[in-house]
Amino acid sequence: MISRREMLQWGLASSAALAGLGFGNLSRAFAQQALTQDQLLQFDDFGNLTLIHITDCHAHLKPVWFREPDTNIGVGEARGRVPHVVGEAFQQMFDIAPGSAEAYALTYPDFVDLARTYGQMGGFDRIATVVKSIRAARPNSLLLDGGDTWHGSYTSLKTGGEDMVRVMNLLGSQAMTAHWEFTFGTERVTELMAMMQQPLLGANIFDKVWDEPAFEPSKIFETGGLRVGVVGQAFPYLPIANPGWIFPEYSFGIREERMQQVVDELRAEGVDLVVCLSHNGFDVDHKMASRVRGIDVILSGHTHDAIPEPVVVGETIIIASGSHGKFVSRVDLDVRDGKMMGFRHKLIPIFSDVIEPDAEMAGLVDEIRAPYEAELTEVIGKSEDLLYRRGNFNGSWDDLICEAIMSERDAEIALSPGVRWGASVLPGDITREAIHSVTSMTYGQVYRNEMSGEMLKTVMEDVADNIFNEDPYYQQGGDMVRVGGLGYTIDPYARIGNRISDMRLLKDDSPIDPARNYIVAGWASVNEGTEGPQIWDVVEDHIRKIGTVSLAPNTSITVHGD
Amino acid sequence: MKIQRRDVLVAGAGAVALVSMPWAAMAQEAGAAKTVDELIAEFTGGAEVTEGEGVSLNAPEIAENGNTVPISVEAPGASAILVLAAGNPTPPVATFRFGELAGAHTASTRIRLAQTQDVVAVAKLADGSFVKASSNVKVTIGGCGG
Repeated sequence: MISRREMLQWGLASSAALAGLGFGNLSRAFAQQALTQDQLLQFDDFGNLTLIHITDCHAHLKPVWFREPDTNIGVGEARGRVPHVVGEAFQQMFDIAPGSAEAYALTYPDFVDLARTYGQMGGFDRIATVVKSIRAARPNSLLLDGGDTWHGSYTSLKTGGEDMVRVMNLLGSQAMTAHWEFTFGTERVTELMAMMQQPLLGANIFDKVWDEPAFEPSKIFETGGLRVGVVGQAFPYLPIANPGWIFPEYSFGIREERMQQVVDELRAEGVDLVVCLSHNGFDVDHKMASRVRGIDVILSGHTHDAIPEPVVVGETIIIASGSHGKFVSRVDLDVRDGKMMGFRHKLIPIFSDVIEPDAEMAGLVDEIRAPYEAELTEVIGKSEDLLYRRGNFNGSWDDLICEAIMSERDAEIALSPGVRWGASVLPGDITREAIHSVTSMTYGQVYRNEMSGEMLKTVMEDVADNIFNEDPYYQQGGDMVRVGGLGYTIDPYARIGNRISDMRLLKDDSPIDPARNYIVAGWASVNEGTEGPQIWDVVEDHIRKIGTVSLAPNTSITVHGD
Repeated sequence: MKIQRRDVLVAGAGAVALVSMPWAAMAQEAGAAKTVDELIAEFTGGAEVTEGEGVSLNAPEIAENGNTVPISVEAPGASAILVLAAGNPTPPVATFRFGELAGAHTASTRIRLAQTQDVVAVAKLADGSFVKASSNVKVTIGGCGG
């Protein structure tokens, strides 16, 4: 008699072996100049159900460059655990050869060189090819979208998210959950939901006044004789991390008891499998998996982690499928007698030069982009350096944005949100589309006001605690607020109030005086009535003026820690 | 504390609207700054308080708005539940009392939290023993989720 636990472990081993067969072959294949779509899609069918997961594409319809983080500090129990492993350590953990295709897809070292070798990743026409191929092999499959789908590009902003609804309808998404979708406002979300051919699930979205469920919490899918319960979990901290006044009707939160209740209800309905389509972020999902009983699979989004193997917590597996369309996860499951008996998984890298575009989806993407093509492709300037954002602290894109804000808004200090979205730019041309990839939003006004040194410290401590709190349930995802004109030292492992020290004004290297007021400019304020020019215009104006971007390495942030 | 007796009654009634049996909520008088320990001792008459089983306190991990934080308490069979906001200038929030015929020993309300702090619930159970639960609610300025 094989216990369920042993089956899971066997499943994991199988998954690891498959990662070796699929991903591992990739580098050799590339070395032989023989990588094919068939190899990327190779998968030995397993069990009787397939889940297809895509998440956090941030409306990137076309292939992108996207450099993975060089810093992703885990605190508490998450320390040293995926996804808090980067670079060479990540390569060693998953037996990835430096310089290989998977090293390029999953880690940051030698990014520019490898990007030129292996090409861009993602693109919905390629994703459509992969989805169609999986469905052809596996009629009993579910395609689930983890959210952060409607936001993040020039075309999504111009069409109010409609472009992405059309794309996900054509792709055949069967359910989604949400985060940035709500930043289009309640009214627009309602309009787009009427166009959607799939439900927007959110067990944790409540009516604020009555404290009652406001969205469908779950849906039961019947496929191949199985009944699969899918629970949606929207980003818990929407009204805190994003402007709540844009969607004032709704309250969110982790609401662990509510998740347990919905899972219990699905179990009582006699479903064969419970899947949580989550936008919690990985560490929150990890904790939730250890506390909520009865979830078989968590499809995890929000924190943009691409993890080549499922993470097993108790009897739950967590799947993290990256961001920006770089990956699609395929999870084959053996579901029998109302139980998940085993799994096989592959994080499929969407190498855009290898996977054939799907003509139907390519046509829709072209149609969506056509009215904006001239604006999108206009070259604004050049960069001598790689521009990237992802990582716990300032990336080069952030340094450029902060420089633009300080220069265009005549400020001593710039603040830029620590979001994880935005594609990288290789040395060369910077297009308007690239600028919008790292700035697009519905509340992009660049404010300029005075802030005391004491307030600056409070803000930095507050944001740091939202990222480095030891208890994942108090983490909001995202990264440290990006700063310009300001240097600081941080100890992520300290408690709130004690993490940030040695704050200095860079222009004269003076210590930040708690009692002095500083001219601070920034964007993405959550406050209603924020005034100022849009951030993408500020960045564009700055790049036009300087012509060629050349950034000195940022040495103004010191990270301490034992 | 800004919550009046009437507010607590109204908010609590929403959560137990189907329960017609009597229960009463009583807003504490804003007494001179007693400590949380003193307030609990007053409620229990000095009896021992254990942590855990018997009372549950439901509060958000991070408040969406510190001025109105929804919380709920539940203690099957309890005759009374004391709720304290440990970090407020005046910690007492409410004492919910349940009559013998109360159908559900649960109550909910919204409270104002001045800062990040523990919200504490102490219940007097049917056997006269006292149990406690607490939950840390963070009040943050927010801003940059990704």
